[in-house]
Amino acid sequence: MALVEDHPPLELGSGAATVSKPLGVFARPTATHGWKSWLFTVDHKKIGIMYGVAAFFFLLVGGSEALLIRTQLAVPGAKLLSADVYNQVFTMHGVTMIFLAVMPMQSAFANYLLPLQIGARDVAFPRMNALSLWIWLSGAIFFNTSWFLGGGANGGWFNYAPNSGVTFSPGHGIDFYAVGLIIMGIGSTVSAINLTVTVLNMRSPGMTLMRMPVFTWMAFVTQVLLVFALPVITVALFLLMFDRLFDATFFDASKGGDPFLWQNLFWIFGHPEVYIMILPSFGIVSEIIPVFSRKPIFGYPFMVGSGIAIGFMGWGVWAHHMFASGIGTLSVLAFSLATMFIAVPTGVKILNWMATMYGGRIRLSTPMLFSIGLVAMFTIGGLSGVTHAFAPADAQQTDTYYIVAHFHYVLFGGALLGLFGGMYFWWPKMFGHFLNEKMGKWNFWIMLVGFNLTFGPMHILGLQGMMRRTYTYTEGQGFNFWNLIATIGAFTIAVSLILFMVNVALSYRRHKANPVDPGPDPWDARSPEWMIPSPAPEHNFDELPVVEEVDEFWHRKYGHDENGRLVRIARTEDVVQKGDATDVHLPSPSYWPLVMACGFPFVGYGLIFNYWWLVPGVLLIILGIFGWVFEPSTDPSAGHHHDDDYPTDDRPDAVDGSEDAPTDAEAGDGEVDGSSDDADERTLEPAMASTEETTVG
Amino acid sequence: MADIALEPVEDLEFPDDTHATSTGISNTKMAMWVYLASDCLLFGGLISTYLLYKNRPGSIPGLAGSPLKASELFNIPFTSMTSFILLMSSLTMVLAVNAVMGGDHKRMRLWLSATCVLGGLFLAGQVYEFTEFVREGLGYTSNVSASAFYTLTGFHGAHVAIGIIMLFSAVGYSFRKQLQAEAVEVLGLYWHFVDIVWVVIFAIVYLIP
Repeated sequence: MALVEDHPPLELGSGAATVSKPLGVFARPTATHGWKSWLFTVDHKKIGIMYGVAAFFFLLVGGSEALLIRTQLAVPGAKLLSADVYNQVFTMHGVTMIFLAVMPMQSAFANYLLPLQIGARDVAFPRMNALSLWIWLSGAIFFNTSWFLGGGANGGWFNYAPNSGVTFSPGHGIDFYAVGLIIMGIGSTVSAINLTVTVLNMRSPGMTLMRMPVFTWMAFVTQVLLVFALPVITVALFLLMFDRLFDATFFDASKGGDPFLWQNLFWIFGHPEVYIMILPSFGIVSEIIPVFSRKPIFGYPFMVGSGIAIGFMGWGVWAHHMFASGIGTLSVLAFSLATMFIAVPTGVKILNWMATMYGGRIRLSTPMLFSIGLVAMFTIGGLSGVTHAFAPADAQQTDTYYIVAHFHYVLFGGALLGLFGGMYFWWPKMFGHFLNEKMGKWNFWIMLVGFNLTFGPMHILGLQGMMRRTYTYTEGQGFNFWNLIATIGAFTIAVSLILFMVNVALSYRRHKANPVDPGPDPWDARSPEWMIPSPAPEHNFDELPVVEEVDEFWHRKYGHDENGRLVRIARTEDVVQKGDATDVHLPSPSYWPLVMACGFPFVGYGLIFNYWWLVPGVLLIILGIFGWVFEPSTDPSAGHHHDDDYPTDDRPDAVDGSEDAPTDAEAGDGEVDGSSDDADERTLEPAMASTEETTVG
Repeated sequence: MADIALEPVEDLEFPDDTHATSTGISNTKMAMWVYLASDCLLFGGLISTYLLYKNRPGSIPGLAGSPLKASELFNIPFTSMTSFILLMSSLTMVLAVNAVMGGDHKRMRLWLSATCVLGGLFLAGQVYEFTEFVREGLGYTSNVSASAFYTLTGFHGAHVAIGIIMLFSAVGYSFRKQLQAEAVEVLGLYWHFVDIVWVVIFAIVYLIP
């Protein structure tokens, strides 16, 4: 069997670490423990975890907003929220859940797992990775400060024109929406470019595209979608911002503007966005289901191909959000057909998951429960989605609770259940201990019941004619019963979230009191991230795995006997890595991503309130860029293996006169050059060094 | 457990890192390509906006705002000249890349500086054009076609300006440390992209009536 290849670990030239001072003033951050090690880290695993923590926090914020909505709607004529506040609450709920909870939580998994699943030591640009986290977070916080500075956005998450104009929305909420989303978009674009390059360029030897785990594939498709979708919304948001802040009239029909332009630009982004939110979760369950069925994923090429097909077709269906806005018969017909077709690759996925489970030895652990939950709930949401594809039906359903039911079934029942499954699945890999299984199951069932109680009745309410985004209803409309049920359901979901947090806390305490090592491979899993200890060591792999097939790790553990039965051919302990390599060079932490990101909210406040705020903002950004450029991606005293440089000067810059330890390349090549060490610094990724076949015995 | 026919990693290291990635394209260059792909859609959105609005004050009666259209004020010979200057800056950029690939850093600095100057001339031309338009009564908020015109060309101008800053920094930096050939090449990719976008804008905005 193919084992971990027998490379000697990389050697680092000896030499005491000298702290380099990139600008002659600042030392690099060096902390390896405590909060500083998190704040200035460039480690993709820590960045992923921070994405997850922040996203979970915003999930709670958005969830609280949801509870306010449901409490207001529990009984007819409730007075908890005024119409104005209600508008703000549902808008902020939508934007928060999409841009501040689900997307960053997908980023959390993508950041943490992509390098591990392709057998890399980090992402292509570690500092840019930190930058995208901090820019996103600064934008997210900036966006939420609107609550304290005059109220949140109030036009729904798509903020249709002309309602979004100054005439109808004179407050600052929509300014915060436009500027905040532009800031977060910058972060997401940086991240998407980074992860796209990572997947294309950083794969370990033998990891061809069609050997990548399905999660990696789906996350990759997501990044590509982000790369192309974000600039479109950026244009729309800039135009909106110019309308509101600089008196342009792009969306003001009375002055020649066209509200349709907003709708088109928004949904050209907005529909791919739907797949941006769901595809990573599809990837997550595509990892979980094979592991807990003890079968390979059914139809791997079709799984990958359908994901790509969804990514492509997602660009051709945006106008189905606009059926009721008078786009013309031909457009309605074309987009209606395209929308029906996009159900096909999605259906392929559903069938493949079921075929994977079929005949498998299924273990109903918590991650598997969440995955099966996704398959079932997403199917319901997908089916109601197909009913919208029929334009005449959609004309009846538009802006009713039927739509709300649909997209919560795909986003909560799809994306979020997958994410929770992923958390239970990868928790031991990330933190070195399990989440409690019993509480996990309670968590799942309460969430599932609460979810269906909340959103199931909305189908009925919608078909009865209850409009969304209306802050109350009256006694005689016949909406009382199902609204009450939905509110009970919403609080049931809240209970399940609390249970999850209790589970996290208790599992951590139990682990602290009585640490039990889950081992590298607690689930008997299939993909490369399980070949390394839990929690993943900072350098990921002692030696980068040489990959020969899909599910490489599984095939190192299991083979087939002459009767075609599955037999174990190696003990897990023998094929996993120890995680004890000590001399792997990693990119060094840096202050500059954080410094740069801190500038963005100031720019935002400057644009909205007073241009003087622009000064500190722009200065911080410029300081960040220049500090960044003049700082080598890796402390010269530590050696490195990553390119992470600003395009203008694609090279590390060792400070003259510092007593740099020679890097391994220099040591290895014997080309130590005291005066110029730029070229020598750029050593190879060992990952890419060899693609030779290994002999399997 | 089989013997594994792999050479030690150290022996396989290449002298430059362009071969070190799975695709053979370096990370920075790949990132620039992906970014430029993304930028295409940014300009796509802005160009669509302009095309939608370019005749707006004239074709829809009864609209508020100035009836003046940006296209009525175009000075095609002048803009052709600045476009030519910008295109020539692509030539000097190619020469800079060529120089640095031949290891001639002095000549590279010369050509990069020339690119900066040509890009600066283009920007100066744009500033002149804008002020001229404003003097003739077409401000940013005069009407929706003006807003669309200024936004599109302004975004392009911002791209040129950022390019100039990067080129300028690269020249400055190269005095301190030798620039890698590939860094200049990646910078060149950006610069050529900005030029190509201008060709598209010039054709669509200025030349097509």
